[in-house]
Amino acid sequence: MFIKQVSVFLENSAGRLQSALKVLKNENINIVSLSLADTNDYGMLRMIVSDAARAKDALKAAGLSAHLTDVLAIKLPHTVGSLEHVLSEVADAGINVEYMYALSTKDENACIVIKPENAEACAKALEDKKFDFVTNEEVENF
Amino acid sequence: MAIWNEAKECMSRDQMCVLQGERLKKQVKYVYHNVEYYRKKMQNVGLEPGDINGLEDLTKLPFTTKDDLRDTYPFGLFAAPQSEIVRIHASSGTTGKATVVGYTRRDIDIWAECVARALTQCGIGKNDIVQVAYGYGLFTGGLGAHYGVENVGATVVPMSTGNTKKLITMMNDFGATGIMCTPSYLLHIAETLYETGEINNIKLKAAVCGAEPWTEKMRQQIEEKLHVNCFDIYGLSEIMGPGVACDCIEHKGLHVQEDHFLPEIVAKETLQPVPDGELGELVFTTLTKEGIPLIRYRTKDLTSIDRTPCACGRTTARIARFKGRSDDMLVLRGVNVFPSQIEAALLEMDGILPHYMIIVDRVNNLDTIEVQVEVEERFFSDEIKELEKLTKRIEGVIKTAIGLAVKVKLVEPKTLERAEGKSVHVIDKRVFD
Ligand SMILES: [Zn+2]
Repeated sequence: MFIKQVSVFLENSAGRLQSALKVLKNENINIVSLSLADTNDYGMLRMIVSDAARAKDALKAAGLSAHLTDVLAIKLPHTVGSLEHVLSEVADAGINVEYMYALSTKDENACIVIKPENAEACAKALEDKKFDFVTNEEVENF
Repeated sequence: MAIWNEAKECMSRDQMCVLQGERLKKQVKYVYHNVEYYRKKMQNVGLEPGDINGLEDLTKLPFTTKDDLRDTYPFGLFAAPQSEIVRIHASSGTTGKATVVGYTRRDIDIWAECVARALTQCGIGKNDIVQVAYGYGLFTGGLGAHYGVENVGATVVPMSTGNTKKLITMMNDFGATGIMCTPSYLLHIAETLYETGEINNIKLKAAVCGAEPWTEKMRQQIEEKLHVNCFDIYGLSEIMGPGVACDCIEHKGLHVQEDHFLPEIVAKETLQPVPDGELGELVFTTLTKEGIPLIRYRTKDLTSIDRTPCACGRTTARIARFKGRSDDMLVLRGVNVFPSQIEAALLEMDGILPHYMIIVDRVNNLDTIEVQVEVEERFFSDEIKELEKLTKRIEGVIKTAIGLAVKVKLVEPKTLERAEGKSVHVIDKRVFD
C-alpha cells in the first residue's frame, strides 16, 4: 500500500532543479506528481515517478542527493469535503502529517500523497476505514 | 598631546637598549630559577642564565609558543607562587583547553601603566569619561582597559559588551568623551547613532579600538563618522593584554612599551631576525613580568618594525598595522577562533567528520560566520523539520565550542571544495588591506 517517493535535496541556486529534471528526462522517466518544499538555503524536491528505483540511481549517478521514501497515496472522490474526511480520520488516529501534496491521475478519482509520522499506524487506520491506496504498479502505468 | 612617562617613552635608543639588556638578563635568570619547564628547555640547548648578558644574546634563547602554554596547562609556566598571583585571565585555545595567564600585583600595576601611556597617547586624561565596551571576564580586554582608564585618572564606565542601547543612552547622558571597544562594534554603534539622530548630541573625542584585525580605511571611517580621533591598541593575553602597543596621533605605527616587552621580527620560515621595515612574525620577550614571564613568545602576528623616532616625540619602536597571521587563527568579533575548534565540534557530533567549509564575512561592519555542511547520507531526511533540527544541532555544538553564534547552512553532498592534501576549510571574505 506504500509507494516509493523520490526525495532530492537541492541547493537554492539557479539551475539545480532543472538539472534534476533533466536527468529524469534523459532516462525517459515520467514524473507523475511533484512537490517542492523550500527554505532560505535549500529545497526538498519530492516526486512520484514512473520508475522510482531507476530515478534514484540516475540522480545519484549525476551527483544529486536522492533517496527513496515510503509515502501513502490515497484515492479520493472528486467531492467537497473528501480530503477533510481523510485528514480527520488520520487526526482521530492521533497521527501527525509531515507533509502532503496532490497526485494527478487519469481516472475519475483525485489522489493525495501523505507522509505520516507513523506510516504503519496511519495505513492501518485508513485501511480500516476502507480507503483505497494507489499502488506502485498503478504508478508505473500512469 | 601629553606624554604619560617621558622618562621611558622618550629615552634615547642607546639608553633603551641598555635598559632592555639589563632587564632581559634579569628576566632570564628569574625564569630559569622559577620555572622548571623553561629551565629544562634552556638546559636542552646547553644554556645557562650566565650565557645571556645582553640583547646580543637574545637569539640564543629558544622560542615559546602557544603549545608550551597548552602543555603546561594550567599553571606550569607561572614563575610566581599562587600566593603572589592576584588575578587570572584565560583565552580559548585550539583544542578547547584554555590558555591561562596569571598576574602578580606588580604585573597588574605595570599593565595599568602601559594602558595609561596608551590612553595619554590618545589624548585621554583625567577630564575624560571613558566607556569600556570590551568584554569583562576571562578575556583581558575589559579589565585591562578598565584599570588603565582609572590609572590615567579618567572616569571609567564599565559597560562590557552586549547592550548597545544602554551604551548609547549613557554616552549621551554622561557626555562620554572616550570609548574603548572593537572597531567593528564601534562602527555598529555609529550606525545606530545615525539612525536615531543622536549623532549630534554625543561628545566623543577619542576612540581606542583593538582586539580584532581591521584596516586603516575602517579607522578613517570611524573618525569621519563619529568626528573623533581613533587609535589602534594592541595586546595579547600571553604577554599582558591590551596596551602592549598603541598608535599615536601620527598614525604611523603602534608604539611598543619596549621597556616591558622586547619585540623582535623574525622570518616566517627560518625564524631568523629580519631587518627593520621587513615583514615577519612578531615575537615578544617580557622584561619585567613576574606571574608568567615568557621568553621569545611567537605571537603569529605578521608585521614590521620601525625604530626611528616618531614625530609625536616618542622614541619607542613602532610596529606596523598587522598584515595577517602566520597560522590559521581567525579573530571573529574580537574572539580568537581556530578552525580546528569547529572541526573538533563537528567530529564530536557523531564521531564522523562531515565535509564542511567556514565562510567568514563582514556585513554592516559585523563579522558573520557561516558553516556550510554537506548533507551526507547519514544526515539525509526528506522532512524539512528534521533538517532544521540538524541545523540547530550543529549550530549548538559549534556555539559551545567557540562561544560565538554561527549560521549553519546545509549544502548538497560533494559540492564543497576538496583540495589535494590539506583541504581548504576557511574562506575569509573580509578585507584587511
Ligand atoms: Zn608617535
